[in-house]
Amino acid sequence: MKSVETKYLEARDSLFEGLSKLNRREFMKVAGAAAGAALAQGILPPHSFTPVRVANAATGGDEAFRFAYISDSHLYTKDVNDRFVRGLMRAVDDVNRMDPQPDFVLYGGDLAQLGRPEELETGAQILKDLKAPVRMMVGEHDWYFDLGEKWRSLFGADNYSFEHKGVHFVTLNSVVEADFWTAKGLTPAERMQTVAGLDNGSQSSFTVGDANRAWLAKDLEGVKDSTPLVVFSHSPLYKLYKKWNFWTDDAEEVQKILKRFDTVTVIHGHTHQLLTNRIGNISFHGMLSTAWPWPYAPQGLPEMTIQMSRPDPFNPNDGCGDGQVAVHADGMVDKIYDLWNRNPVTVSRTYMKSNGKEDRAPKPLLASY
Amino acid sequence: MRVRVIRAGALLALSALAGFWLLRGTRSADAASARGSESAEVTLCDGETKVPLAADAPKTPEAGQKIADELMRKWREKNPDRDWEAEERTHHTIAPAADNSDLVGATQGGTYGEITARDVATWKTESERFVVAGSKVFHSGAELGSTIGVSCDMCHPDAANTHPETYPKYQVQLGRVVLLRDMINWCIEHPVRAQPLAADDPRMRALEAYIYAQRKGTPLNYGKR
Repeated sequence: MKSVETKYLEARDSLFEGLSKLNRREFMKVAGAAAGAALAQGILPPHSFTPVRVANAATGGDEAFRFAYISDSHLYTKDVNDRFVRGLMRAVDDVNRMDPQPDFVLYGGDLAQLGRPEELETGAQILKDLKAPVRMMVGEHDWYFDLGEKWRSLFGADNYSFEHKGVHFVTLNSVVEADFWTAKGLTPAERMQTVAGLDNGSQSSFTVGDANRAWLAKDLEGVKDSTPLVVFSHSPLYKLYKKWNFWTDDAEEVQKILKRFDTVTVIHGHTHQLLTNRIGNISFHGMLSTAWPWPYAPQGLPEMTIQMSRPDPFNPNDGCGDGQVAVHADGMVDKIYDLWNRNPVTVSRTYMKSNGKEDRAPKPLLASY
Repeated sequence: MRVRVIRAGALLALSALAGFWLLRGTRSADAASARGSESAEVTLCDGETKVPLAADAPKTPEAGQKIADELMRKWREKNPDRDWEAEERTHHTIAPAADNSDLVGATQGGTYGEITARDVATWKTESERFVVAGSKVFHSGAELGSTIGVSCDMCHPDAANTHPETYPKYQVQLGRVVLLRDMINWCIEHPVRAQPLAADDPRMRALEAYIYAQRKGTPLNYGKR
């Protein structure tokens, strides 16, 4: 049996082989057909050929710096599943091709699928190819096999902060679940398997937890209200849909700690989709996955969200991707979703500041069912 | 010893009836006790599980209960998956089957007699059990035969975005009209990377049952893009 990728690569090879044999008249025919196909999809040629420049132009003039993100690769080892491994490698290539290079790359969590040491090592090895420095965040798929032991030995603390060009960055472990495994006598592998099922209702809800919240409050003690603050968390730090853990159970308490700051941005993983929210002074942005897109939750979708088009199941990379965050002098950010196989979508700071009234990105062509 | 003979056809009935003696003396046991010989054994109604019976064993209810317990223990050991339905329900939400209790007392023209509460309960239990079996396949790469550790729920939690109500429809990527099962097989071959299932494969039937059940309440709208 041939996989989709194999069939695609074979088709591409035969196309290239055919192209090399074309005379001029036949070449014009092929080129015309390609342009026709592009028009039929409603893509204007200048946009489709220079997607990154379009994104740059949309972000305005006072951009201070930019960082890239890669998230939710869900790696098995390469011998088990080559597709997810290739997804992460493609994202690394994307980021390495950015010119100028981002100041750093955020990895948004769920590097592994079942938290096995060899999965995390595979991911660490691929991420070493990134030219820019990497900031790691932990996800539940990295954590619940050995409760973070291997992850911490590879990447260090799961809660940490740093300053960059006047912005205070905080990375939080927000996937702390109350112990549901001891009473049931689950093995580490069974515990991990339970957490790995998004719709598996026998697990607990995500929290930041008392210890991590105390750490956050202490970390922010010396930071002025006027300092722009960017928080990285794997789960969205608000309550969207509990059943799939698109949710943080102590979100209100975390938001209370962040309330005094003028400008706060939360960048989160876990949801594998375009997702935008704004609560008071806090802007929330989701990240894309390099492995698969999630459907939108059946309820609770924030009004600010510009939904991504329904992913095409026949294209294994559709709805996946990576992205960038352009931080401006005022601390607000433009969130850029670099979707593979689709034009990039920018959720601009103007859109966020105006509570969705200005600079809205185009609506999706195909909405969710 | 007095042995109560119950011929239970379905093994599943065993766990419900665990309190009763489900013993059947084998021909050799009957013959042995008649002759007072030393070799005898008691066989469970599955025809496989056995415990030896000493000829001088006391013929008391307590001794009989002990044999029954030992047979049950052995059967449970051989069938670790016996609570699969309850187990699956603790992990995944199953949309409930329709409640037909308003039909209790009605008749169906005489052919089947009056509908009883037990009829209604059986319809619901059996329908939901079929769906629970589907949930098990849907959530297991191993059951699907995935060669890359992928299961349906990894893209479709709670069967979201499977939109069974839109089939049959013209699937542009395939250039033909497809049924839900065709799309299930497409996913099994490609994202899941397993062998496609025959239309009457029990796993395919169970998957269809689960996917339709989860979309309960959505109006059918075949052909919807």
